[in-house]
Amino acid sequence: MAWQDWSFGLLGGVMIGMAGAIYLLGNGRIMGASGILGGLIDGSARDRAERAAFLAGLIGLPAVLALWLMPQTHLTGNPGLILAGGLLTGLGTRLGNGCTSGHGVCGISRLAPRGIVATLVYMLAGALTVALARHVWGVI
Amino acid sequence: MHRLIAALAGGLFGAGLMVSGMIDTQKVQGFLDVFGAWDPTLAFVMGGALIPMSLAWAVARRRDRAFGGRPLPGPAGRRIDRSLILGALLFGAGWGLVGLCPGPALASLGFNGIGGWLFLLAMGLGMLAAPHLRRRIDRQPA
Repeated sequence: MAWQDWSFGLLGGVMIGMAGAIYLLGNGRIMGASGILGGLIDGSARDRAERAAFLAGLIGLPAVLALWLMPQTHLTGNPGLILAGGLLTGLGTRLGNGCTSGHGVCGISRLAPRGIVATLVYMLAGALTVALARHVWGVI
Repeated sequence: MHRLIAALAGGLFGAGLMVSGMIDTQKVQGFLDVFGAWDPTLAFVMGGALIPMSLAWAVARRRDRAFGGRPLPGPAGRRIDRSLILGALLFGAGWGLVGLCPGPALASLGFNGIGGWLFLLAMGLGMLAAPHLRRRIDRQPA
Protein backbone atom coordinates (compact mmCIF):
# COMPACT_ATOMS: atom_id res chain seq x y z
CA MET A 1 0.00 0.00 0.00
CA ALA A 2 1.46 3.36 -1.04
CA TRP A 3 1.74 6.10 1.60
CA GLN A 4 -0.71 8.24 -0.41
CA ASP A 5 -3.43 5.63 0.07
CA TRP A 6 -3.44 5.60 3.84
CA SER A 7 -2.61 9.26 4.35
CA PHE A 8 -5.32 10.51 1.97
CA GLY A 9 -7.63 7.87 3.44
CA LEU A 10 -6.99 9.21 6.92
CA LEU A 11 -7.38 12.84 5.82
CA GLY A 12 -10.59 12.15 3.91
CA GLY A 13 -11.84 10.13 6.88
CA VAL A 14 -11.27 13.07 9.24
CA MET A 15 -13.22 15.28 6.80
CA ILE A 16 -16.10 12.77 6.80
CA GLY A 17 -16.08 12.70 10.61
CA MET A 18 -16.04 16.50 10.76
CA ALA A 19 -19.05 16.61 8.44
CA GLY A 20 -20.90 14.23 10.78
CA ALA A 21 -19.85 16.33 13.78
CA ILE A 22 -21.15 19.54 12.16
CA TYR A 23 -24.45 17.88 11.27
CA LEU A 24 -24.89 16.46 14.78
CA LEU A 25 -23.86 19.49 16.82
CA GLY A 26 -25.37 22.08 14.45
CA ASN A 27 -28.63 20.44 13.39
CA GLY A 28 -29.06 17.73 16.03
CA ARG A 29 -29.22 15.03 13.36
CA ILE A 30 -27.28 11.85 12.63
CA MET A 31 -25.51 12.00 9.28
CA GLY A 32 -26.65 8.84 7.53
CA ALA A 33 -26.68 8.98 3.74
CA SER A 34 -29.31 6.24 3.29
CA GLY A 35 -31.61 7.74 5.91
CA ILE A 36 -31.38 11.26 4.49
CA LEU A 37 -32.07 10.08 0.92
CA GLY A 38 -34.59 7.41 1.91
CA GLY A 39 -36.73 9.74 4.01
CA LEU A 40 -36.81 12.19 1.14
CA ILE A 41 -37.91 9.78 -1.58
CA ASP A 42 -40.50 7.80 0.42
CA GLY A 43 -42.11 11.01 1.67
CA SER A 44 -41.71 10.16 5.36
CA ALA A 45 -39.51 13.18 6.13
CA ARG A 46 -40.82 16.58 7.19
CA ASP A 47 -37.50 18.46 6.83
CA ARG A 48 -37.39 18.00 3.05
CA ALA A 49 -35.58 21.25 2.21
CA GLU A 50 -32.83 20.52 4.72
CA ARG A 51 -32.27 17.01 3.32
CA ALA A 52 -32.25 18.39 -0.21
CA ALA A 53 -29.61 20.95 0.86
CA PHE A 54 -27.46 18.15 2.29
CA LEU A 55 -27.75 16.15 -0.93
CA ALA A 56 -26.99 19.24 -3.04
CA GLY A 57 -23.71 19.65 -1.12
CA LEU A 58 -22.93 15.93 -1.25
CA ILE A 59 -23.48 15.69 -5.02
CA GLY A 60 -22.49 19.22 -6.03
CA LEU A 61 -19.13 19.82 -4.35
CA PRO A 62 -17.52 16.55 -5.57
CA ALA A 63 -18.91 17.24 -9.07
CA VAL A 64 -17.10 20.60 -9.08
CA LEU A 65 -13.91 19.18 -7.55
CA ALA A 66 -13.93 16.43 -10.17
CA LEU A 67 -13.35 19.03 -12.89
CA TRP A 68 -9.69 19.24 -11.93
CA LEU A 69 -9.10 16.23 -9.65
CA MET A 70 -10.43 13.84 -12.32
CA PRO A 71 -11.04 10.96 -9.93
CA GLN A 72 -11.06 7.30 -10.92
CA THR A 73 -14.19 5.45 -9.85
CA HIS A 74 -13.78 2.16 -11.77
CA LEU A 75 -17.57 1.66 -11.75
CA THR A 76 -18.52 -1.59 -13.47
CA GLY A 77 -20.04 -1.30 -16.94
CA ASN A 78 -22.25 -4.33 -16.35
CA PRO A 79 -25.86 -3.03 -16.05
CA GLY A 80 -27.06 -6.26 -14.42
CA LEU A 81 -24.54 -5.91 -11.63
CA ILE A 82 -25.38 -2.22 -11.17
CA LEU A 83 -29.13 -2.95 -10.96
CA ALA A 84 -28.67 -5.84 -8.53
CA GLY A 85 -26.17 -3.92 -6.40
CA GLY A 86 -28.35 -0.82 -6.30
CA LEU A 87 -31.52 -2.72 -5.39
CA LEU A 88 -29.79 -4.68 -2.62
CA THR A 89 -28.11 -1.54 -1.27
CA GLY A 90 -31.36 0.45 -1.19
CA LEU A 91 -33.44 -2.38 0.25
CA GLY A 92 -30.83 -3.40 2.83
CA THR A 93 -29.96 0.05 4.12
CA ARG A 94 -33.60 1.03 4.66
CA LEU A 95 -34.54 -2.32 6.18
CA GLY A 96 -31.52 -2.18 8.49
CA ASN A 97 -31.95 1.55 9.15
CA GLY A 98 -28.50 2.64 8.08
CA CYS A 99 -25.38 2.31 5.97
CA THR A 100 -21.65 2.97 6.30
CA SER A 101 -22.15 6.58 7.43
CA GLY A 102 -25.05 6.17 9.88
CA HIS A 103 -24.26 2.75 11.41
CA GLY A 104 -20.53 2.86 10.68
CA VAL A 105 -19.23 6.37 11.37
CA CYS A 106 -22.00 7.81 13.56
CA GLY A 107 -23.01 4.59 15.36
CA ILE A 108 -19.62 3.09 16.19
CA SER A 109 -18.31 6.47 17.42
CA ARG A 110 -20.90 6.40 20.24
CA LEU A 111 -20.57 2.63 20.71
CA ALA A 112 -24.17 2.06 19.58
CA PRO A 113 -24.85 -1.71 19.75
CA ARG A 114 -26.99 -1.63 16.58
CA GLY A 115 -24.33 0.30 14.69
CA ILE A 116 -21.55 -2.07 15.72
CA VAL A 117 -23.56 -5.22 14.90
CA ALA A 118 -24.80 -3.85 11.56
CA THR A 119 -21.29 -2.79 10.51
CA LEU A 120 -19.83 -6.21 11.34
CA VAL A 121 -22.65 -7.95 9.45
CA TYR A 122 -22.50 -5.82 6.28
CA MET A 123 -18.71 -6.04 6.17
CA LEU A 124 -18.83 -9.82 6.51
CA ALA A 125 -21.59 -10.03 3.88
CA GLY A 126 -19.58 -7.76 1.58
CA ALA A 127 -16.41 -9.81 2.02
CA LEU A 128 -18.31 -13.05 1.37
CA THR A 129 -19.93 -11.54 -1.74
CA VAL A 130 -16.57 -10.39 -3.16
CA ALA A 131 -15.03 -13.78 -2.36
CA LEU A 132 -17.80 -15.60 -4.23
CA ALA A 133 -18.33 -13.12 -7.08
CA ARG A 134 -14.62 -12.60 -7.75
CA HIS A 135 -12.86 -15.81 -6.82
CA VAL A 136 -15.57 -18.45 -7.38
CA TRP A 137 -17.94 -17.12 -10.06
CA GLY A 138 -15.54 -14.61 -11.62
CA VAL A 139 -18.25 -12.02 -12.37
CA ILE A 140 -16.56 -8.97 -10.77
CA MET B 1 -29.47 28.29 9.02
CA HIS B 2 -30.18 24.55 9.32
CA ARG B 3 -30.22 24.29 5.54
CA LEU B 4 -26.89 26.05 5.24
CA ILE B 5 -25.33 23.74 7.83
CA ALA B 6 -26.82 20.73 6.03
CA ALA B 7 -25.33 21.87 2.69
CA LEU B 8 -21.96 22.49 4.35
CA ALA B 9 -21.96 19.05 6.03
CA GLY B 10 -23.03 17.39 2.77
CA GLY B 11 -20.26 19.14 0.82
CA LEU B 12 -17.59 18.26 3.37
CA PHE B 13 -18.83 14.65 3.46
CA GLY B 14 -18.61 14.44 -0.34
CA ALA B 15 -15.17 16.05 -0.47
CA GLY B 16 -13.98 13.66 2.26
CA LEU B 17 -15.29 10.66 0.33
CA MET B 18 -13.43 11.92 -2.71
CA VAL B 19 -10.12 12.68 -0.96
CA SER B 20 -10.17 9.35 0.89
CA GLY B 21 -10.65 7.36 -2.33
CA MET B 22 -13.94 5.85 -1.16
CA ILE B 23 -15.68 6.84 -4.40
CA ASP B 24 -13.33 4.36 -6.13
CA THR B 25 -15.19 1.05 -6.29
CA GLN B 26 -11.88 -0.75 -6.81
CA LYS B 27 -10.57 0.42 -3.42
CA VAL B 28 -13.82 -0.49 -1.65
CA GLN B 29 -14.00 -3.93 -3.25
CA GLY B 30 -10.27 -4.25 -2.53
CA PHE B 31 -11.00 -3.78 1.19
CA LEU B 32 -13.70 -6.44 1.06
CA ASP B 33 -11.43 -8.79 -0.93
CA VAL B 34 -9.82 -10.48 2.06
CA PHE B 35 -8.81 -13.50 -0.05
CA GLY B 36 -7.22 -11.39 -2.80
CA ALA B 37 -4.95 -8.33 -2.86
CA TRP B 38 -6.38 -6.78 0.32
CA ASP B 39 -6.51 -2.96 0.33
CA PRO B 40 -6.72 -1.61 3.91
CA THR B 41 -7.48 2.02 2.90
CA LEU B 42 -11.11 1.84 4.11
CA ALA B 43 -9.92 1.02 7.63
CA PHE B 44 -7.88 4.25 7.70
CA VAL B 45 -10.88 6.21 6.43
CA MET B 46 -13.12 4.72 9.12
CA GLY B 47 -10.48 5.33 11.78
CA GLY B 48 -10.03 8.94 10.67
CA ALA B 49 -13.78 9.55 10.67
CA LEU B 50 -14.23 8.13 14.16
CA ILE B 51 -11.87 10.75 15.72
CA PRO B 52 -13.94 13.94 15.18
CA MET B 53 -17.20 12.01 15.46
CA SER B 54 -16.29 10.58 18.91
CA LEU B 55 -15.37 14.09 20.07
CA ALA B 56 -18.71 15.36 18.75
CA TRP B 57 -20.62 12.73 20.77
CA ALA B 58 -18.58 13.69 23.86
CA VAL B 59 -19.69 17.32 23.38
CA ALA B 60 -23.28 16.20 22.68
CA ARG B 61 -23.41 14.26 25.97
CA ARG B 62 -22.72 17.48 27.90
CA ARG B 63 -25.53 19.42 26.20
CA ASP B 64 -29.24 18.89 25.83
CA ARG B 65 -29.59 20.85 22.61
CA ALA B 66 -27.62 21.25 19.41
CA PHE B 67 -26.06 24.65 18.71
CA GLY B 68 -28.89 25.35 16.26
CA GLY B 69 -31.39 24.93 19.12
CA ARG B 70 -32.86 21.53 18.27
CA PRO B 71 -32.86 18.60 20.69
CA LEU B 72 -29.98 16.16 20.24
CA PRO B 73 -30.66 12.49 19.38
CA GLY B 74 -31.73 10.32 22.31
CA PRO B 75 -29.72 7.35 23.56
CA ALA B 76 -28.78 4.74 20.95
CA GLY B 77 -31.25 1.88 20.48
CA ARG B 78 -30.13 -1.54 21.70
CA ARG B 79 -32.61 -3.78 19.90
CA ILE B 80 -30.86 -6.21 17.57
CA ASP B 81 -33.77 -7.49 15.49
CA ARG B 82 -34.26 -9.45 12.29
CA SER B 83 -34.73 -6.33 10.18
CA LEU B 84 -31.33 -5.00 11.27
CA ILE B 85 -29.50 -8.25 10.53
CA LEU B 86 -31.29 -9.05 7.26
CA GLY B 87 -30.91 -5.42 6.12
CA ALA B 88 -27.18 -5.43 6.84
CA LEU B 89 -26.79 -8.77 5.00
CA LEU B 90 -28.60 -7.50 1.88
CA PHE B 91 -26.73 -4.18 1.94
CA GLY B 92 -23.37 -5.97 2.33
CA ALA B 93 -24.14 -8.15 -0.69
CA GLY B 94 -24.98 -5.10 -2.83
CA TRP B 95 -21.92 -3.25 -1.55
CA GLY B 96 -19.68 -6.17 -2.48
CA LEU B 97 -21.17 -6.59 -5.97
CA VAL B 98 -20.61 -2.98 -7.08
CA GLY B 99 -18.46 -1.32 -4.40
CA LEU B 100 -20.81 1.63 -3.85
CA CYS B 101 -22.62 2.46 -0.63
CA PRO B 102 -25.20 5.28 -0.52
CA GLY B 103 -22.81 8.15 0.37
CA PRO B 104 -20.25 7.49 -2.39
CA ALA B 105 -23.03 6.65 -4.88
CA LEU B 106 -24.32 10.21 -4.40
CA ALA B 107 -20.89 11.85 -4.19
CA SER B 108 -19.81 10.32 -7.52
CA LEU B 109 -23.11 10.90 -9.31
CA GLY B 110 -21.74 13.96 -11.14
CA PHE B 111 -18.98 12.04 -12.91
CA ASN B 112 -20.00 8.36 -12.95
CA GLY B 113 -21.91 8.54 -16.22
CA ILE B 114 -25.10 6.63 -16.94
CA GLY B 115 -24.04 3.79 -14.63
CA GLY B 116 -24.10 6.10 -11.61
CA TRP B 117 -27.67 7.16 -12.41
CA LEU B 118 -28.74 3.56 -12.99
CA PHE B 119 -27.35 2.64 -9.57
CA LEU B 120 -29.22 5.55 -7.95
CA LEU B 121 -32.46 4.54 -9.67
CA ALA B 122 -32.13 0.92 -8.51
CA MET B 123 -31.16 2.04 -5.00
CA GLY B 124 -34.22 4.31 -4.84
CA LEU B 125 -36.51 1.44 -5.90
CA GLY B 126 -34.92 -0.78 -3.25
CA MET B 127 -35.52 1.92 -0.64
CA LEU B 128 -39.18 2.21 -1.62
CA ALA B 129 -39.58 -1.58 -1.39
CA ALA B 130 -38.06 -1.83 2.10
CA PRO B 131 -41.19 -0.95 4.16
CA HIS B 132 -43.11 -3.79 2.45
CA LEU B 133 -40.42 -6.33 3.32
CA ARG B 134 -40.26 -4.96 6.87
CA ARG B 135 -44.01 -5.51 7.36
CA ARG B 136 -43.67 -9.13 6.23
CA ILE B 137 -40.76 -9.72 8.62
CA ASP B 138 -42.61 -8.16 11.54
CA ARG B 139 -45.68 -10.32 10.89
CA GLN B 140 -43.73 -13.54 11.33
CA PRO B 141 -43.63 -15.01 14.83
CA ALA B 142 -40.21 -14.70 16.50
